[in-house]
Amino acid sequence: MRYLPLSDNDRADMLARIGVDSIDELFADIPEAVRLEELTTLPRRKTEMQVERQLSAMANKNVSAGSLPFFVGAGAYKHHVPATVDHLIQRSEFLTSYTPYQPEITQGTLQALFEFQTQVANLTGMEVANASMYDGSTGTAEAVLMAHRVTRKKKAVLSGGLHPQYREVVEGVSAKLPGASVAALPADPTGTEDILAQIDDETSCVVVQSPSFYGQLIDLKPIAEKAHKHKALLIAVFTEVVSLGLLESPGAQGADIVVGEGQSIGNPLTFGGPYVGLFATRQKYIRNMPGRVCGETTDAEGKRGFVLTLSTREQHIRRDKATSNICTNSGLCSLAFTIHMTLLGGKGLARLARINHMSAVALADALSAVDGVEVLNSAYFNEFTIRTPKNAHDVIEALAAKGVLGGVPVCRLDKSGGDIDNLIVVASTEVNTDEDRAAYAQALKEVLA
Amino acid sequence: MTMNHQGRPTRAGEAGPPMPHQTFTGNKALDMEEPLIFEIGHMDNCGVDLDEPMDFVPRLGNHMRSEPVELPALSEPETMRHYVRMSRNNYAIDSGLYPLGSCTMKHNPRLNEKMARLPGFADIHPLQPISTVPGAFELISELADWLMELTGTNAVAMSPKAGAHGEQCGMMSIKHAIAAKGEERSIVLVPESAHGTNPATAALVGYKVVSIPAREDGTVAVEAVIEKIEAHAGQVAALMLTNPNTCGLFEPEVIEIANAIHEAGGYFYCDGANFNAIVGKAKPGDLGIDAMHINLHKTFSTPHGGGGPGSGPVVLSDRLAPYAPLPFIRKNGDELEVVETTDQLKDGEQPFGRMTAFFGQMGMYVRALSYMQSHGSDGLKQASEDAVLNANYVRVGLQDLMTLPFGVKPCMHEVLFDDSFLNDTGVSTLDFAKAMIDEGYHPMTMYFPLVVSGAMLIEPTESESRASLDLFVATMRDLVMSAKAGEKDRFEGAPFLAPRRRLDETAAARKPILKWVAPEPTKVEPELA
Amino acid sequence: MSTYFTKDHEWLKVEGDVATVGITEFAQSQLGDVVFVELPENGKNVDQDDEVAVVESVKAASEVYAPLDGEIVEGNELLVDEPAKVNEDPEGAAWFFKMKLGNAAQLEALMSEADYKAFVETL
Repeated sequence: MRYLPLSDNDRADMLARIGVDSIDELFADIPEAVRLEELTTLPRRKTEMQVERQLSAMANKNVSAGSLPFFVGAGAYKHHVPATVDHLIQRSEFLTSYTPYQPEITQGTLQALFEFQTQVANLTGMEVANASMYDGSTGTAEAVLMAHRVTRKKKAVLSGGLHPQYREVVEGVSAKLPGASVAALPADPTGTEDILAQIDDETSCVVVQSPSFYGQLIDLKPIAEKAHKHKALLIAVFTEVVSLGLLESPGAQGADIVVGEGQSIGNPLTFGGPYVGLFATRQKYIRNMPGRVCGETTDAEGKRGFVLTLSTREQHIRRDKATSNICTNSGLCSLAFTIHMTLLGGKGLARLARINHMSAVALADALSAVDGVEVLNSAYFNEFTIRTPKNAHDVIEALAAKGVLGGVPVCRLDKSGGDIDNLIVVASTEVNTDEDRAAYAQALKEVLA
Repeated sequence: MTMNHQGRPTRAGEAGPPMPHQTFTGNKALDMEEPLIFEIGHMDNCGVDLDEPMDFVPRLGNHMRSEPVELPALSEPETMRHYVRMSRNNYAIDSGLYPLGSCTMKHNPRLNEKMARLPGFADIHPLQPISTVPGAFELISELADWLMELTGTNAVAMSPKAGAHGEQCGMMSIKHAIAAKGEERSIVLVPESAHGTNPATAALVGYKVVSIPAREDGTVAVEAVIEKIEAHAGQVAALMLTNPNTCGLFEPEVIEIANAIHEAGGYFYCDGANFNAIVGKAKPGDLGIDAMHINLHKTFSTPHGGGGPGSGPVVLSDRLAPYAPLPFIRKNGDELEVVETTDQLKDGEQPFGRMTAFFGQMGMYVRALSYMQSHGSDGLKQASEDAVLNANYVRVGLQDLMTLPFGVKPCMHEVLFDDSFLNDTGVSTLDFAKAMIDEGYHPMTMYFPLVVSGAMLIEPTESESRASLDLFVATMRDLVMSAKAGEKDRFEGAPFLAPRRRLDETAAARKPILKWVAPEPTKVEPELA
Repeated sequence: MSTYFTKDHEWLKVEGDVATVGITEFAQSQLGDVVFVELPENGKNVDQDDEVAVVESVKAASEVYAPLDGEIVEGNELLVDEPAKVNEDPEGAAWFFKMKLGNAAQLEALMSEADYKAFVETL
């Protein structure tokens, strides 16, 4: 077997050296009744070529985003990732290294984490960031738990603009704790809900997504003010990190925790994962922050170096009193983020954001010109919601049959019915061309005719 | 005859004394110092060519940024050099033996990487119409079949993002199952030798942790479990047990322990971090487990990536299967049906909720399946046997010089030593580990499990050749003898030759510097200017 | 003023109905370099053995328990800025908090300095 260096001769010699007659003597502690002879039901080994053929056949059954006009967003976005990024993250030294617990020989990973944390903090307008979470949705759930620890209260208020699956993750994790509750507002495509009315002295945190799941931009300032008045935290969520290149940062608007999905920078769609959760907060809350953090220090010769720090908050030391059970996070995805962000810089990111925004503006104009189609959002970034006269699910399927992937029917995620059933969340990024947009508008016209 | 020649000497000459000075750059030939991007980046240049949109007429309401994003950029060649230089300060499996116990640092085949990058896997969106991604669900389903077959179970929750997330998923399933019976239980039993994630997860899910002591031989006695079950009668929701355990031993009474917890109405959560020892040798389902996460990044070779991403599918017993979270794939014969929302549920399906947006770690699924298909049933079994063989080969090579806390006996895929062989040497486990760095090795796992003094947990994995193990054993023996001979200098300040000497973790934690901040410009006094 | 010790390696100095509480020299030596101290809120009513403060070193984090019932009246803000004081002067300047005694009778069950020294010897 190509991955195994031992030969049968090696094995025989080694068994002799160990002093046993057969390999099974080393497995003697496994109760005899459950010992396996062979896994007869599973196929036997395959050559590299055979595996490649088999998996390629599976991959070829899927319609890839790059092969047609593609406007699907709603939490994951198709962007162009420079070739440099994928090359660098496949360097053996990054790809096949473990969590940097031995800092003397993992300064590469640690320095990259320090750069990542600085990038995330500066982008979100916050004082500190951690070294990543699994993704935006799990990060949001962790943010709610952190707010409970900080405020010593247990009621979370969730905006109706929060991604429905993020809401489900929060409900699953934090609402199950003793005394905890979640007040989730109904779907809010246009950003007109009265979330301020939901905030009271019991409130631990208010969770607001901007741009919202529906693409609407939300003014966080009044929410932050009301939350702080009631000693609650504002958790600002985003799913499209590119938007931060153009929009006022959540930190500048008074957010206490900023959490979101970083996939757009550096990471491919990959059907939903692995992604990279970005998590930033204020300095005064760092001891309550979940996840690893990297900090600057010096070595015995006085040279600058980096280490994992504040680790006593973490599970391997604090065990049942840890701030989170997270261990493995999204190391390599955060590296991809950092490298792509280094290629862009603030200036490049702002330009990328402007291109994205104008791409969406052009698409909104093209789609709203189709009879019966209405763009619901007044202010949006690279994503918005349209209402069509027909059921959104059917429209999307019909568009797909015409070779256009036209967005996400909200009813796929939110089963509350009514008007929701006619809404489609549509994204347009730098990868979409004028031809793509024209093709979409034409196909939509035909589908709705 | 005429010939052109170079005027340079071609012999190496005498080495002479060591270099008398520091280099000007601080570099040591190939060992380069690399600043942070914030110190070398540009605010007015970047590494990506983007065309400014022709007319920028925004529809952003009043949400535009007031200040530009303060982040520097590097051009493409500078970016390449920056990260390549940094990468060279990392130890990696591809460059050497990485004996981190409990972490299973095995070879990461590059075929896996190639497969994960096929556009049909890497360039598909989790919310594009289901009809356009049949191959994605086929892949997830096939991987699920492998996992169920290897573990002897009939259900698996695929979506958890890493091992600890899988634990959380398993424990939430258990909590839900208990609630569905109309019961309430408050306690989870966890052996002292457990990974920290176990008690952290139990607490996160809302349970109180009661710990079970290990017995003299490093394993858990069924009597100790029964004692705790009886002390907390009717309150024990689950036992979380790692098997093979973190001392590198297979729990010989695991079936009796499973029976005991089941008889008490509780569930058996098995931490599958050490599954690499027994793939193809035993099925955890046959041992009576109710839930077990599988670290695809340990057992099934997806890369650790400097700390992730991982993937932690959880196999479930029939008793827990109904409570598996959304989304899942329902098989109707050969048809795969994707269940994403509660309105699609059928009788008996009672998911506790959702662990994450979308479908989990697709990129890791592709890599793991590529590995499984490559190995096949025969190769997977051989891999486990080789992992155990290698660990025992290391054990036998070192057991006369280092100390086995539980006596001389076979181990599974990792071997645990304690620090009593260092008694009276003045060398600690940490010093010993740091000296390994100078010898070109990543240290083993240290000070874990907690049940052993100065623990050293060595897991060589099946990826090491015999020659590699021989050199490792010889190196370790040399270090031990050196420590015993009182050569403290080799250990106390170690590592001497790594890119950095020991780092000041106390200073880092007392005054945390977690991001780069521009230095204050030096003030020049007017009279001196 | 009398001084008492607990099995959790805390000391108390009682003056009138107020006890000053800290961790012992032995405790600091076991913890190693202390990097962070979390103090209880003033005015908080606590029961004996409640977790009221946290002390973190690089390698460990430990709870500090209320040695008696009572009300927290003051936390030592010095430790927030200079956690290293816990290593330097654990039984003096690095006291953790002061509490108003709720049940002075509980003092009787605590250890004297001599008893505590003997107790540490057994560890």
